[in-house]
Amino acid sequence: MNRVFIALFNGLAALGQGVLSAAAHTGQLFLFTGQLMGRLLPAWTRPKLIVQEIYAIGVLSLVIIVISGGFVGLVLGLQGYNILSKFNATESLGVMVALSLVRELGPVVTALLFAGRAGSAVTAEIALMKTTEQLSAMEMMAVDPLRRVIAPRFWGAVIAMPLLAGLFSLVGIMGGYFIGVLVLGVDSASYWGQIQQQMQPMDDVMNGVIKSLVFGAVIGLVAVFEGFNAEPTSLGISRATTRTVVLSSLLVLGLDFILTAWMFGA
Amino acid sequence: MKPYIQFEQMSFSRGRNLIFDRIDMAIPRGKISAIMGPSGTGKTTLLRLIGGQIKPQSGRVLVDGLDMAKASSQALLAMRRRLGMLFQNGALFTDLTAADNVAFPLREHTRLPPALIARIVALKLQAVGLLTAADQMPAALSGGMARRVALARALALDPELMLYDEPFTGQDPINVGVLLRLIASLNQALGLTSVLVSHDVAEVFAIADCVFVINEGRVVASGSPDELRAQMPHVPFLRQFLEGAPDDTQSVAGQQSANNLARALGLKRVDDNRPSTKGTR
Repeated sequence: MNRVFIALFNGLAALGQGVLSAAAHTGQLFLFTGQLMGRLLPAWTRPKLIVQEIYAIGVLSLVIIVISGGFVGLVLGLQGYNILSKFNATESLGVMVALSLVRELGPVVTALLFAGRAGSAVTAEIALMKTTEQLSAMEMMAVDPLRRVIAPRFWGAVIAMPLLAGLFSLVGIMGGYFIGVLVLGVDSASYWGQIQQQMQPMDDVMNGVIKSLVFGAVIGLVAVFEGFNAEPTSLGISRATTRTVVLSSLLVLGLDFILTAWMFGA
Repeated sequence: MKPYIQFEQMSFSRGRNLIFDRIDMAIPRGKISAIMGPSGTGKTTLLRLIGGQIKPQSGRVLVDGLDMAKASSQALLAMRRRLGMLFQNGALFTDLTAADNVAFPLREHTRLPPALIARIVALKLQAVGLLTAADQMPAALSGGMARRVALARALALDPELMLYDEPFTGQDPINVGVLLRLIASLNQALGLTSVLVSHDVAEVFAIADCVFVINEGRVVASGSPDELRAQMPHVPFLRQFLEGAPDDTQSVAGQQSANNLARALGLKRVDDNRPSTKGTR
């Protein structure tokens, strides 16, 4: 009986420890966000640093985004054709592919890939800078690491993400065109005409852009925060990198639901 | 002369671990001062307290009259521009060449034209004997070279105060000699105040004007190297630290466990309880 109680109390203690540590982590994240906010505008006094980060975070993610966008478009074209042909509505294939991509798959899949490709790299880089005392050295040289290192990387993520999501959707629509029009024989004019007719630039496109901006900000924030607060050991770097990918992916999916409900809900 | 750095009844702890317990220390201006002590006594922490990166729980750390714990962030930044720090591992920016590392503080804090920055960088690298390594990345430099590049970077803005964190650790004898000469000659030529933390007794005693020995959160001895040698017979810890003698309790315990192991392996008679240093029987 005693053993049962001990096991129960140990479990309770472990749960309490977990909740406390999660609360402390969240508190740190809010404090860090507050500190970062104050550096976001001053970071634009050095636009070259932000451009460098857009290159490192955005341009170097192009290959994975373009290839993934192409495959997703091909699959959407194929699946869409199979379903629409049952209702003799294959001429709507273009708009189906385009809306799926622009509203949902473009921002969400890009964000998930972006978290894995760029978010993890940003975390690992910052955590390694911390471990090797580069951030500390910067501080002792009277250079604010939040402004010099963190803010440009955050901006890089916020700016690169909508551009990558747009490119993902564009390549996906081309993939749908390839499989639907060139391979399965859907009328080319219908494919493009339906897209032109039914897509609302302000509703569909802008909502996609807003989503990808929010996802970019979330991934950027999580990536820089986890790197900056990583334990300065090799295990600490590995844990921080994993946390970035897991946490930002979950936040992207959760926020996607909230944003979709807000934008397209009843 | 008024000291450059003053610790007044300063206490600092990490969690429940008390690192410094109400210490008083006055580091003189224009001299090389060394802070010595065994590993884990918080020597590096002391440098971070001087730099204002961490704040004491009580007492004050005054650097040229400025209370580093209460200074505004502007005043703190202005003070840090007047100091240079050589980190134990160099802490060079790994994505920049040696020359760009040295140029970093100049580009951040001055509006000098690029040509002038290039000339200053060349001068600083020449001062540490590494002009030829200007275009190399930190990963391509040896440990000793990286530390000298880091020294050139720390000197880029002509600081008044230089902080050295374990500058001789892990260096070969030639590099140690080079670093010793550099630290001493830079201090004299540029009129710096230098503070170095180290546990390398011979090296520190060769160049330091003033030495503080800390142990278990307190300053146990201070003075010039000669004064410390004179104090040695009266302060057991000082004698042990400076002469590198093993800790008595540890050596007895170590000898006993070695004897036990030897007996277990059948290398020593079980009834022989006398500590022996003559090896196995």
